[in-house]
Amino acid sequence: MKLVSSGKDTYLYTNNKTVDPSKPSVVFIHGAGFDHSVWTLFARHFSRHDWNVIALDLPGHGRSEGPVLESIEQMASWTIELIDTLGLNNVALVGHSMGSLITLEASSRLGDRVTHTVLIGSISPMPVSEPILDATANKPGAAHSMLTSFGFSKQNLMGGNPNPGMWMVSESMRRYEDEAQSALDSDMRACNAYQRGLEAASEITAPTLMLHGDADRLTPLRATKPLQDALSNTRMDIIPGAGHSLMVEDPNHVLDQLKIHLL
Amino acid sequence: MTDYSPAELDTLALHAGGKPDPATGARATPIYQTASYCFPDSDYAAALFNMERPGHVYSRLSNPTTAVLEERISALEGGVGAIATASGQAALQLAIMTIMDAGSHIVASSALYGGSHNLLAYTLPRFGITTTFVDARDEDAIRAAIRPETRLIFGETVGNPGLDVLNIPVVSRIAHDNGIPLLVDSTFTTPYLVRPFELGADLVMHSATKFLSGHGIVIGGLLVDSGRFDWDASGKFPQLSEPYKGFHNLVFTEEFGPAAFISRARKEGLRDFGACQSPTSAFYILQGMETLGVRMEKHVSNTRAVVEFLDSHDAVAGVAHPDLPDHTDHALASDLYPKGTSAVFTFAIKGGREAGIAFVNGLNLFSHLANVGDAKSLVIHPASTTHFRMDEAALAAAGIGEGTIRLSVGLEDPKDLIADLKAGLRAAEKVAGGRG
Repeated sequence: MKLVSSGKDTYLYTNNKTVDPSKPSVVFIHGAGFDHSVWTLFARHFSRHDWNVIALDLPGHGRSEGPVLESIEQMASWTIELIDTLGLNNVALVGHSMGSLITLEASSRLGDRVTHTVLIGSISPMPVSEPILDATANKPGAAHSMLTSFGFSKQNLMGGNPNPGMWMVSESMRRYEDEAQSALDSDMRACNAYQRGLEAASEITAPTLMLHGDADRLTPLRATKPLQDALSNTRMDIIPGAGHSLMVEDPNHVLDQLKIHLL
Repeated sequence: MTDYSPAELDTLALHAGGKPDPATGARATPIYQTASYCFPDSDYAAALFNMERPGHVYSRLSNPTTAVLEERISALEGGVGAIATASGQAALQLAIMTIMDAGSHIVASSALYGGSHNLLAYTLPRFGITTTFVDARDEDAIRAAIRPETRLIFGETVGNPGLDVLNIPVVSRIAHDNGIPLLVDSTFTTPYLVRPFELGADLVMHSATKFLSGHGIVIGGLLVDSGRFDWDASGKFPQLSEPYKGFHNLVFTEEFGPAAFISRARKEGLRDFGACQSPTSAFYILQGMETLGVRMEKHVSNTRAVVEFLDSHDAVAGVAHPDLPDHTDHALASDLYPKGTSAVFTFAIKGGREAGIAFVNGLNLFSHLANVGDAKSLVIHPASTTHFRMDEAALAAAGIGEGTIRLSVGLEDPKDLIADLKAGLRAAEKVAGGRG
């Protein structure tokens, strides 16, 4: 569905359903350079279980009007305004990578309006290396290759996709190519600049699930400890053999954990 | 448009998409010879049917063995995904049916495999899908043939059997200028010789029966989606960009992004038309694909030796291979396909039809049959076999004469192949009344 939020045309994937504030709701927030479609499988599942599903396209991504927002704080404010526009008082927030930082920031501000928080492939702070920032600014093709290469575990780079017949390496490349170069670059800089993550985490009261691949090469598992320590009510689930792209590397495991945490 | 790949072709051909079997540790991809799969519980079953989970429901839709093959060809081509079909013809039909309705139109190269020509020229018109055949070297002819209802341009990387080299960058630009995709049949070239997506093609199909397998023991096809064509921006493909009543108003571009085409091809095309590939066939094709690189290198080097021999023989009227400087597409082939253009080519024997028949009958190593891309060398007379339904004008447009002979050069020692060809040519010369 499309609606106007923060004065801009905004696209939300809702599985063709009208959002009903009386139902439980889950908001899915995508990562840098991606869009709502990374959440299709999971959104369809919770929709069938009579939840409102809102897989948003951040401004300047996918089908939402730009310009892109330049900081995690701005993206969190925009997400909160969207939740207000939809009239939702009780929401679960699920974010991947950059989306997990938005989830942290938005959850800390929304307080008890957030029923559950899920952080997928999340560390805080989330520094982005200079070579990647240089590539996202100046060499988009190289940036797409670097992010795709490091976005999967070494084992999963050679395939074995649980989704029959799909080659996730090229699918990742296409997703990056489909987004504006400026969006990916801006997203990466926003991740790199966001320093309030641990403070935000300490303010979250909702039960939080952290999902992480033990072979994550973009946000290494060993770097998750500060965030785990800052969250007061958290559970960490580690997916063996998986990298940073958990929703395509092991979607069944992700869905199983989301069900345990949310349903 | 060179894509990122985690490994080189020879490595991908052995490893992409396959892991040691999680149940048994088997290193080879097992043949999962099963029609269906048990569901752990009712909710899991519902989730599989509603596309909330990836997995297997019924082997017409997907199968663990065929999935490895599909993923491997996707990796080799640089596509987002692929579907294994019952044959190459089924792959072509699946591509067309996924994005066309009655009233749709195709622009196709006139230099096509006879079976593809039959489908486009005679069979699909019965269902309201028509084709205009053009000389794919003629940019103006391609542009002139495109109509408002055109939904696809189709050609072969190297046309069958004259090895007309498809200028994929040029033809794809014409297609994209008109908001339509380019489908390329890369059966003769395989990803070893060319990766059409890097040149601008949007969809690639193979008859996997040929060089991909190499052993000539199986029938199978593959359809690969680059994921690059913008179906939404085109506005010509409601099958992908508007709600699909066959799946609860699912919009494929909305839910599957770059995998919209291949997702609909599976969810609708395999489900409803059912031309799936058996897991045993997929297993055989995988065995062949493991050695694709080393086989293709040998196919190409053997072909160069055979072409050189034939081109200098007095009993031969002409050889059509882009390796030769006098081939129309020699420069283009050198540019687009620097590793070679195929081990299938045609030549003409002096003395016409009777000399051609005598030549075929005089061969021993070359097997006379209707196939190409086998490890064994093959020969056929197209005008009386693969292209026999084409009239004289269509034959001429496809570059085929009465005396044209098609060879598929295999992996034997080239000295033995040349000795066999000498024997055939001697027989032809006798019929033709001596040299000339």
